[in-house]
Amino acid sequence: MELLIFYPLAGLCVALALGVIFNNSPVGSAIALIGMMLCLSGIFVLQQAHFIAILQIIIYAGAIMVLFMFVIMLLNLKQGETAGWVAREKNLLLSILTGLLAVGILYKIAQVLFSGNMDAPASLADSFGTVAVIGETLFTDFVLPFEVASILLLAAMIGAVVLAKNKLD
Amino acid sequence: MWVDLIITLVKILFIFTVTVGFFAPILTWVERKQSALMQDRIGANRAEIMGFTALGLFHIIADAVKMFTKEDFIPDGANKFLHTISPILALVPAILTFAVVPFGGQYTLFDKEVNLVISDLDVGLLFVFAIASLATYGYVIAGWSSNNNWSLLGSMRTASQMISYEVTMGLTIIGVLMVYETMKLPEIGAAQEDFFRWGFFLQPLGFIMFLAASIAENKRIPFDAPEAESELVAGYFTEYSGIKFGMFFMAEFIEMVTIAAIVTILFFGAWHIPFLTTATLLSWFDFLGATGSNFAVMLIHIAVFFAKVVFFIWFQMVIRWTLPRFRYDQIMKLGWKILLPLSLANILVTAIVIMILN
Repeated sequence: MELLIFYPLAGLCVALALGVIFNNSPVGSAIALIGMMLCLSGIFVLQQAHFIAILQIIIYAGAIMVLFMFVIMLLNLKQGETAGWVAREKNLLLSILTGLLAVGILYKIAQVLFSGNMDAPASLADSFGTVAVIGETLFTDFVLPFEVASILLLAAMIGAVVLAKNKLD
Repeated sequence: MWVDLIITLVKILFIFTVTVGFFAPILTWVERKQSALMQDRIGANRAEIMGFTALGLFHIIADAVKMFTKEDFIPDGANKFLHTISPILALVPAILTFAVVPFGGQYTLFDKEVNLVISDLDVGLLFVFAIASLATYGYVIAGWSSNNNWSLLGSMRTASQMISYEVTMGLTIIGVLMVYETMKLPEIGAAQEDFFRWGFFLQPLGFIMFLAASIAENKRIPFDAPEAESELVAGYFTEYSGIKFGMFFMAEFIEMVTIAAIVTILFFGAWHIPFLTTATLLSWFDFLGATGSNFAVMLIHIAVFFAKVVFFIWFQMVIRWTLPRFRYDQIMKLGWKILLPLSLANILVTAIVIMILN
């Protein structure tokens, strides 16, 4: 029953992710990305992580992507760059580094996939993934990373304001 | 299993009938009649069938016939696919919110607990917020895909306005969440049985800001800069005709019902009657037996809930026909410089009061 929902969602996710890369127009890419995020939040629901699923929609699909669309429309980018795939000389080192990073992540994923026991699903408590439990975990076990992350976000926010203000003045 | 499925289907059918089948068409008539009353006109009274006008109610039928038979126009250079799906993207979120909105409490019918909400999600309140934030896309894509500068300007305004007021909406929701300590809408409703525990008394500022932010999200006057007729022709739906235009139209009216329903649940005691507990109501109908009394109370609660919803729809219409349109910079100023700091202060004050009371 779960697989019946999982495979279409996961398939759509991959298809839309490819759509983001291969689409010519920026708006098309953005819409594909939104669709991909919605599918991803469906997969989160399947994993009993309702809170994460709804955050995925609110933050990524609902807020960040609206801003993306806003910028794309503001610049009125109708078509993407027509030049095909060209490696830029000055970016060579960066390209290699990010490529290595991607390979590393894939290796780690593969390692987890093959080491885990796929046939015996983990048993979950009834309260798993509820808002109350996540809140409790965030503010007890992970309070330091949580606060550090919020300070980081605050710094980014102030940085953005300062940058924008310099241009305005 | 089968009984649960049937109960859920009945609830979905009920919500569909009430919103799409009843409120959306009736409200087109109510809006005309109310504007006519407020402007000292007679209003919609021309459509007639064999000499009868029925107070202009036949205009609903005339509207439907007109929308379905008009030419479906797609402008030159428009993105056909996006142009076609964007009215759907606008209409669906308006109806989807009702999946978590309860229209009554919990009743025992034939030894079975019936909860009058389609889906009692643990993250119900956030679901409302998430769907509201997704609604932006229908309007933004509509304006962009039309290949028309007025439309594009309209959709730019939509995007910035909806993002701005979403922030306030989310922050006022947090105030409600702190007071009732739950995100489940049915539990928030049930917590307001006592008249003085209504959200309106516990979060008065939150109520005003939530209502203002939701009217801005719905892009109705005084926040209708995205479709300002005198500036942008019709804003994001300039290039829409026929039933596609009708869908934007319907989305607006259904959104009004949604806003009224959520305001009722969060701030106005949901399905409760002031100073009358459910237990007292049940005891009045004791002579009907267990199921009978529960059923009677259920009907009363549904009626009370929708009476409140009708009140808030009326309230939104009065606002719409009383205030002039705000200028665009005024809308932005209100959103970021007044409502946002106020909603943050609201959270702070709520937290302090809760700390002191504990």
